[in-house]
Amino acid sequence: MPINLETPKKFAGLVSQAHIVATEVFRPNSRKYDDAEHSYPKELDMLAAAIDGMNESGALGGAGAGGVGGNGNGDGNGNGASAKKADPNANRNGSNMASLLGLTELCWGDVGLLLTMPRQGLGQAAIAAVADDEQLKRFGRKWAAMAITEPEAGSDSAAIRTTARLDGDEYVLNGEKIFVTSGDRAELIVVWATLDPKQGRAAIKSFVVERDNPGLKLDRLEHKLGIRASDTANFRLEDCRVPKENLLGSPEIEPKRGFAGVMQTFDNTRPLVAGMAIGVARACLERTRELLEEAGVEIDYDAPPHSQSAAASEFIAMESDWEAARLLTLQAAWMADNRKPNSLQASMAKAKAGRTGTDVALRCVALCGSVGYGEGELLEKWARDAKILDLFEGTQQIQLLIIARQLLGKTSAELK
Amino acid sequence: MSSQTNLAERGMAVGLRALNKIASSDIVDRLGLRDQAERLLHETTKTTMRTAATAGRTFAAAQKLSRPARQPKGRRSDLFDLTPTDEQQMLRDSVREFALAKLRPVTEAADDACEMPAELLSAANELGLSMVGVPEQLGGAVEERSAVTSVLMSEALAQGDMGMAVSCLAPAGVSTALSLWGDADQQATYLPEFVGENVPAAALAVLEPRALFDPFKLQTRARARDGGYVLDGAKSLVPRAADGELFIVAAELEGRGPALFVVEAKAGGIAVEPQPAMGVRAAATGVLTFDAVQLPEGALLGDADLAVYAECVALARLGWCALAVGTAQAVLDYVIPYVNERKAFGEPISNRQAVAFTVANIAIELEGMRLATYRAASRVDQDLSFAREVSIARRLCAERGMAIGSDGVQMLGGHGYVKDHPVERWYRDLRAAGLMEGALIV
Repeated sequence: MPINLETPKKFAGLVSQAHIVATEVFRPNSRKYDDAEHSYPKELDMLAAAIDGMNESGALGGAGAGGVGGNGNGDGNGNGASAKKADPNANRNGSNMASLLGLTELCWGDVGLLLTMPRQGLGQAAIAAVADDEQLKRFGRKWAAMAITEPEAGSDSAAIRTTARLDGDEYVLNGEKIFVTSGDRAELIVVWATLDPKQGRAAIKSFVVERDNPGLKLDRLEHKLGIRASDTANFRLEDCRVPKENLLGSPEIEPKRGFAGVMQTFDNTRPLVAGMAIGVARACLERTRELLEEAGVEIDYDAPPHSQSAAASEFIAMESDWEAARLLTLQAAWMADNRKPNSLQASMAKAKAGRTGTDVALRCVALCGSVGYGEGELLEKWARDAKILDLFEGTQQIQLLIIARQLLGKTSAELK
Repeated sequence: MSSQTNLAERGMAVGLRALNKIASSDIVDRLGLRDQAERLLHETTKTTMRTAATAGRTFAAAQKLSRPARQPKGRRSDLFDLTPTDEQQMLRDSVREFALAKLRPVTEAADDACEMPAELLSAANELGLSMVGVPEQLGGAVEERSAVTSVLMSEALAQGDMGMAVSCLAPAGVSTALSLWGDADQQATYLPEFVGENVPAAALAVLEPRALFDPFKLQTRARARDGGYVLDGAKSLVPRAADGELFIVAAELEGRGPALFVVEAKAGGIAVEPQPAMGVRAAATGVLTFDAVQLPEGALLGDADLAVYAECVALARLGWCALAVGTAQAVLDYVIPYVNERKAFGEPISNRQAVAFTVANIAIELEGMRLATYRAASRVDQDLSFAREVSIARRLCAERGMAIGSDGVQMLGGHGYVKDHPVERWYRDLRAAGLMEGALIV
């Protein structure tokens, strides 16, 4: 089939479902939970139940509501009804693209609320990537948060100091974890810890900890610039004991494989976070366009930039970067669906979408002046929300490092 | 025709004359590497004086067509797919091989001479460039209308050299325009020449010599008179202006709006002046001046339909996007080994984030430009609206493409500023993508 970069028709139903959720549930609650940080958005419980129902009925095409992760193992055939056995070499538009499209649409509604959707946590991405069948059965349907970052280990996840010591049939975890999205609300927390701090990356493993484990102590919830609907928890792990079956992946320290298992998670989730940025930026662009048109600005795609107003020209410039980010992200998801290695493209998507999301949101606020800056519109909130998307799942700078190392053939020792 | 169907059924829409030609005639080998630079210098005697355009053959219809032929549009696609068809891959790969093996070695000389070596031009014609947009019943090469195929070929050619790519592709733009919008007489008169051995020098003349040019506000004027038209005005940066035999000229048709006219160089009243520019110099750009040029009634292309004109402007911009993508790819491919080999402070400069991140950003923005260009082209092929998508691709290629050109020089430091390296030329060439109008279409 020919080159085609349009959104596949088979996902139209999924996107429109997500759009309804975004319009009817997220948007009306956006300002409320931005104001009332740390209060639980109870409206989402009913929504989560409805989404579970839709998943079971196949209405969402095996892609869930497009929540982060959790859906990486779908059959890739979109609508269950059309699931026929296909040529393995044939072009596929599958679960990665479906998740991306659903998620983008929901984040057009509200990123903060998306991040605190019950049972859609990032921890599920890690579970889906490396869990065995037995673990999938135990953990697969639960709300799982991800605990990686420590006070002294942010982007440098190899510097993790939280330890895991085998004691009989249990691992004993000790350490401190910060920036755990939905950490207080989730049922499970996937904790990254090292079996041996002297052995570097290869010794880092992920462990599933139940939220009610007495060894897992909540320190505090952060007060943040944006995504306030989503709680961010800091924990201490004090002799926190988990069954040894809760270790995800292989318990062996394999220096050759190194980080492969845990980092694999990120190749799947980076395009999703890029999709979040695309969703927020689209919300900004759409609202800004309405406000500009109310102000009498006409946008003419045929006219050269210098033949139209500065505002119209700037709008097209923003739209252009947004479109580049969107297409890079679709490319990364498409490659994942077709089992092509996409680490480079996933990071390119994340880098471009992360910076474009923030840039577009901030420029939209400026273009709309006091209306954009005031709390009467959501533009100022979106500009605060967007910034996180250039930070988590690997900052802009980390993405550039990953991309540059691949392009230049550098090790992390050569290009630091 | 029936063999077409069979091939299509086998999933390889081939049977293309151009493709066969390329596949069977290892053109790249036959060209040989005579000293083209030397030959070029020999030919560099273009005057800077304004001269009357006299070049060109007589175009006449060998046989009448009862109605114009058109390439059918492709089917709408159900799935997102970035894989070119087998046919597109073969065309792209052979064009790229030609561009890197034949164009790249003579770029500096062609840039100096403001001209492309004649034997390279005829070799490029053998790649079938000007046949891609022509319907099969008129001797064309590709079954369906495919802007994507043209984009891929343009991109590949520009990896060798943007200026020479423009020289090669300008006639293809004219044959595509005649195929898309020509009536039966126009097609019968001109298209046979574009699918023959000796493709005429031809180009699309839209741009005018003034600041803030807008192709929808033309100062070149056409008036209906005596059953024909009279054309007055000037067009700038027209590729191969001096030896051009056929032009498609954009002019404001009195009482109708912007329109396209088929103008033969021999028409009388056309003056040509070389207009060497900052870049794309091997395109032999010039200014055409029309002084009461008499055109026959049949010169009007596309019936002064504003939609046709807007489509033509957009398809030209898309062509320049493809050229910018290919040129930016050349920058990236050149910069990577350079920064890895160049040492400072005892290690490769690519060990520094300031350098490495610049390379990463070139790659990111280049890929964004490419995907936006492909999307616009694929919408053309699927008969979907494409004004917005072309506008977006053009903005990316103008701004991000220029930044890539600038970063390319920056990564080489002072060495990038001198002509020992091609990055300074790419810097000059990439500026064109944001300001050019017309010249060629995909």
